[in-house]
Amino acid sequence: MSVASPNAERGVAVELTELRRSYGPVNALDSMTLHLAPGEFVALLGPSGCGKTTALRCLAGLEDPDAGTITIGGRDVTALPTNKRDLGMVFQAYSLFPHMTARQNVEFGLEMRGQDKSTRARRAGDMLDLVGLSSQADRYAHQMSGGQQQRVALARALAISPQVLLLDEPLSALDAKVRTQLRDEIRRIQLEIGTTTLFVTHDQEEALAVADRVGVMRAGRLEQLAPPQELYARPATAFVAEFVGLTNRLAGRASGGRAEVLGVSLPLLAGSGDGNVEVLVRPEGIEATPDPNGNATVLSAAFLGAHGRVTARTDGGEQVEVQVASAALPSFEPGQRVRVTPRGDAALAVAR
Amino acid sequence: MAGPVSQRAAVRRKQAIFRWVTVSLVLAFFMLPLIGMLDFTTKVRRGGRTMATWKTLMNVSEISTKYPALKEGFIASIGLSVITVVIMLALLVPTMTWVRLRLPGMSRLVEFICLLPLTVPAIVLVVGLAPVYSWVFYLFGESTLWLGLAYVVLVLPYAYRALDAGLRAIDVKTLSEAARSLGASWFRVMWRIVLPNLRTAVLSASFLSVALVLGEFTIANLFSRRNLQVAMYQLGKSDAKISVAVGLLSLVFAFVVLFAMSFVGAQRSGSRRRRRPLAAAVAPAPAGTGSVKEPS
Ligand SMILES: Nc1ncnc2c1ncn2[C@@H]1O[C@H](COP(=O)(O)OP(=O)(O)OP(=O)(O)O)[C@@H](O)[C@H]1O
Ligand SMILES: [Mg+2]
Repeated sequence: MSVASPNAERGVAVELTELRRSYGPVNALDSMTLHLAPGEFVALLGPSGCGKTTALRCLAGLEDPDAGTITIGGRDVTALPTNKRDLGMVFQAYSLFPHMTARQNVEFGLEMRGQDKSTRARRAGDMLDLVGLSSQADRYAHQMSGGQQQRVALARALAISPQVLLLDEPLSALDAKVRTQLRDEIRRIQLEIGTTTLFVTHDQEEALAVADRVGVMRAGRLEQLAPPQELYARPATAFVAEFVGLTNRLAGRASGGRAEVLGVSLPLLAGSGDGNVEVLVRPEGIEATPDPNGNATVLSAAFLGAHGRVTARTDGGEQVEVQVASAALPSFEPGQRVRVTPRGDAALAVAR
Repeated sequence: MAGPVSQRAAVRRKQAIFRWVTVSLVLAFFMLPLIGMLDFTTKVRRGGRTMATWKTLMNVSEISTKYPALKEGFIASIGLSVITVVIMLALLVPTMTWVRLRLPGMSRLVEFICLLPLTVPAIVLVVGLAPVYSWVFYLFGESTLWLGLAYVVLVLPYAYRALDAGLRAIDVKTLSEAARSLGASWFRVMWRIVLPNLRTAVLSASFLSVALVLGEFTIANLFSRRNLQVAMYQLGKSDAKISVAVGLLSLVFAFVVLFAMSFVGAQRSGSRRRRRPLAAAVAPAPAGTGSVKEPS
């Protein structure tokens, strides 16, 4: 599938097949299958408790699946202990060894691989350069900011040239600005070295921004795995449509692959239902124009920076969120009559 | 404006006085017996002072020829300290780490078991251990060093507490998982990651154990083994001065060890946030200086 990495030949394929893992009555993983192409960057997205961490930890060997197989580069590693799997990991919690400097942290994995001192020092220097922290090499974890600590953790994970890079919400403890900055940096580095990467997050924007493909999980299963644009434009299920971005649920009648919504006939995506349905239309898939003879009344209008969002109630009693240009926002006032019309993009319909 | 400030200063002064009184009382409580012992060892029957006892004590060759039992007990106690510390660490550090990593549900049980010896009087322990030891002595020879096994049980609660505090201060799970993912074996995880971060806790546990073992009398005496305390006790019947002098030395040694312990923790913290040095906790806050600057 779509593998964007120019260094794909340096990565290896990773396959999680039919993984099961339960904690007592909870099925953390319920027959989950996820295949990563060599060099691919896959983000796992899903609500809290859906099993993202469990999947990643199974791949890392920190958790044993009850059933299923895991292969890395075609080799079955299901029974292999963590330290033999050749992985780089970055954790959500700060995980630098507190008694070692940044440089010693980065060197640790190389030391475990029996590399000599000068090789280690050179490699650690390179890695700290890569994450832009060469000036902090002799600092301890408590002398660095959270963002810097996570950078060192990334350098440490990459220093051993792992076959697979695993990131479990590495940015969630950081503030918004550092988060976007570091996430773009992770992506840049990943493209540069071409390591197959699995990135767990519950932040959809983060997932869509960096990944080649995004996997949406729900209750221990993979609901859809697709490139970001496809996931957004053609969600496979209502869950995906609603989890990734905002969605309106509008009543309609479907037949022959089309549905009539607010007087407009929309093409339906594969997997849509027939008959009385709810059609999932995104706010940017709807247009709103002030019109005294319109079909809806504005409830509220909000300024969101780059664009605005108008909430209106149709005469049929449905609430609709519409995205409008910021400049147009002043022309929408609560109580005003407007006409809302779908733009005609293909949408998913689910049985009502 | 001036009212509350001077009032607060008065309160602060009162607190400082109270702190000094408390510290003095505690010090007196500990020092008086020691001073009494010092007095006894230097007294001559019809008034005057002599350092003869201490001179003998400082002369290693003289004391070991004149009081072979004391030498034997001393060596046994040193050996027992080492054995106890080694077994205690080998037993507790991996177990407690493992419980944290893999069996968090068991931590209550482990804690209960480790604290249990606190509630068992030494006499009861001896009664329970007697049959075991009669076999051990019978099968492996009558070495005093076997007492180390019983001493491990004895020091368990204190060592557990010290190590537990150390383990609480670090995220053992994440750190060891990070080390594992970087290719470290479990042995390397313990040796390179867990132990260095537990250094203070390990030292505390060891010091406590040493202090306890050096002062142990009941178990050794009931098993008719001669450790330092038993030797001192026996010597006390024939040469009280030497016995008391040795007792004084061992007490001072234990004090020094415990005091040093609180500094080991403080020193290492340097830039790291850990315990305050004991001295800082004992010394009164600089009274008066703060109250001026404080906004009212
Ligand atoms: N060690 C454990 N013991 C018991 N239940 C567990 C354990 N680890 C995970 N679970 C359960 O398994 C399910 C999946 O957990 P997991 O940590 O994989 O979720 P997640 O998708 O990573 O969520 P989050 O976004 O909150 O991190 C949850 O219902 C959780 O309660
Ligand atoms: Mg998680």
